Amino acid sequence: MLASAALGIPLGAWLALTPFRGRRILTALIYTGMGLPPVLVGLIVYLFLSRSGPFGSLGWLFSFQAMVVAQTIIATPLILGVTMSSVLAIPHELRLQLQSLGATHWQTTLAVLWEARLGVIVGLVAGFGSIISEVGAVMLVGGNIEGRTRVLTTAIVLETRQGHFDVALALGIILLALSFVSNSALVILQHRTGAPS
Amino acid sequence: MSKVLYALKDVEHSYAQRTVLRIPALDIYTGEILALVGPSGAGKSTLLRLLALLEAPVRGTLHLHLGERPITKADARIHERRQLGMVFQRPILLSRSVRANVAYGLRLRGQRDANAQVDAMLERIAMRDLADARAQTLSGGELQRVALARALILEPRLLLLDEPTANLDPHNVHLIETLLREQHERYHTTLVLVTHNVFQAKRLATRVALLLDGELVEIAPSAAFFESPRDPRTAAFISGDLIY
Ligand SMILES: Nc1ncnc2c1ncn2[C@@H]1O[C@H](COP(=O)(O)OP(=O)(O)O)[C@@H](O)[C@H]1O
Ligand SMILES: [Mg+2]
Repeated sequence: MLASAALGIPLGAWLALTPFRGRRILTALIYTGMGLPPVLVGLIVYLFLSRSGPFGSLGWLFSFQAMVVAQTIIATPLILGVTMSSVLAIPHELRLQLQSLGATHWQTTLAVLWEARLGVIVGLVAGFGSIISEVGAVMLVGGNIEGRTRVLTTAIVLETRQGHFDVALALGIILLALSFVSNSALVILQHRTGAPS
Repeated sequence: MSKVLYALKDVEHSYAQRTVLRIPALDIYTGEILALVGPSGAGKSTLLRLLALLEAPVRGTLHLHLGERPITKADARIHERRQLGMVFQRPILLSRSVRANVAYGLRLRGQRDANAQVDAMLERIAMRDLADARAQTLSGGELQRVALARALILEPRLLLLDEPTANLDPHNVHLIETLLREQHERYHTTLVLVTHNVFQAKRLATRVALLLDGELVEIAPSAAFFESPRDPRTAAFISGDLIY
């Protein structure tokens, strides 16, 4: 999640603020990435990390690192895409007006990003949601190993298969609660910062 | 004899191959109040953006003289740019409080504790009561006052104003004109004021220039401009007969 935010927000802002050739194609690719089937991401990461894959020597398959890599690939386009479109929605003339008040290039960018904060928060919510509810990719690359790569969603799958519906349901409720708490925190953050809604 | 602040020579500016401004020569002097009048589309806002060093002319030279060395857009340093301010035709405020908007420029300059200064400025624009209101909730006149305040508080040596009272009621017009006069008297701020209101130009300016279709038709001291215009188009514009 942190990795996705660290990648997605600056990249999204940069893409929105820097016109260059091929930006449209890149934008289309990002929007495609937002709808990337997680299982496909899992499969590709699996192939890359497997013993015969290009990154096989890292020995990351069925480890926590592998899950982080897959989750980052899933969430980054979401955060990036939403950040980019919300920064693009800020009128270009605002940049000139801030410059005329003595803002440096950096200060202008920060202020524009702050104006787009509602969109950035929405992107984070979407990114987080996609990560914690994701099953397929983490199952493939993490392997659902108890105490190491088992997460709530994969645990639910396992318990359900074994017929422990009560445990599965309880885990599901925990998952829901977790999602609720984190999303509430973001909504409160949004209110605190006075973001326009 | 006042010092030359801006020297323009053979300046041309265009958008998408279309020339919208063509000024063979223009000097602007330190401490003057220059009004730029002309119908909409004449190129007034474009000229202001060039003067603000936000855009560079496509042809010719535009030099700003703040110190020893003449400055252009390409080589303006941040401490030099910070000596000039501009109020845009359609100001965009930040989606924060009125107070935060007024304090913005000071904070950019690293001034953290600006409360007293901001309060005094809010007093001057008669908006103490609205200090904590969100900028997006303001009326047109209030918005324009905040936009002016966030520039005035920086005490720029030079202030460029793009129709600061367009579409405002007489009360707000009077308030803003008073603020501008005060600033000029207190700090000898050079003002370049775009307006399509010839009466406003008459009330405030020491010199007036008429811009038509990107060309400088006439520039003269206020009295001469209004009482004995040389160009028939100036006379027509003043009397309101210029049809556009
Ligand atoms: N950013 C821009 N892109 C394209 N055309 C522009 C731009 N800004 C101004 N123009 C054109 O330049 C001409 C002068 O505009 P402007 O300087 O805004 O006039 P004024 O402020 O006197 O009404 C107009 O024809 C306008 O359409
Ligand atoms: Mg204009």
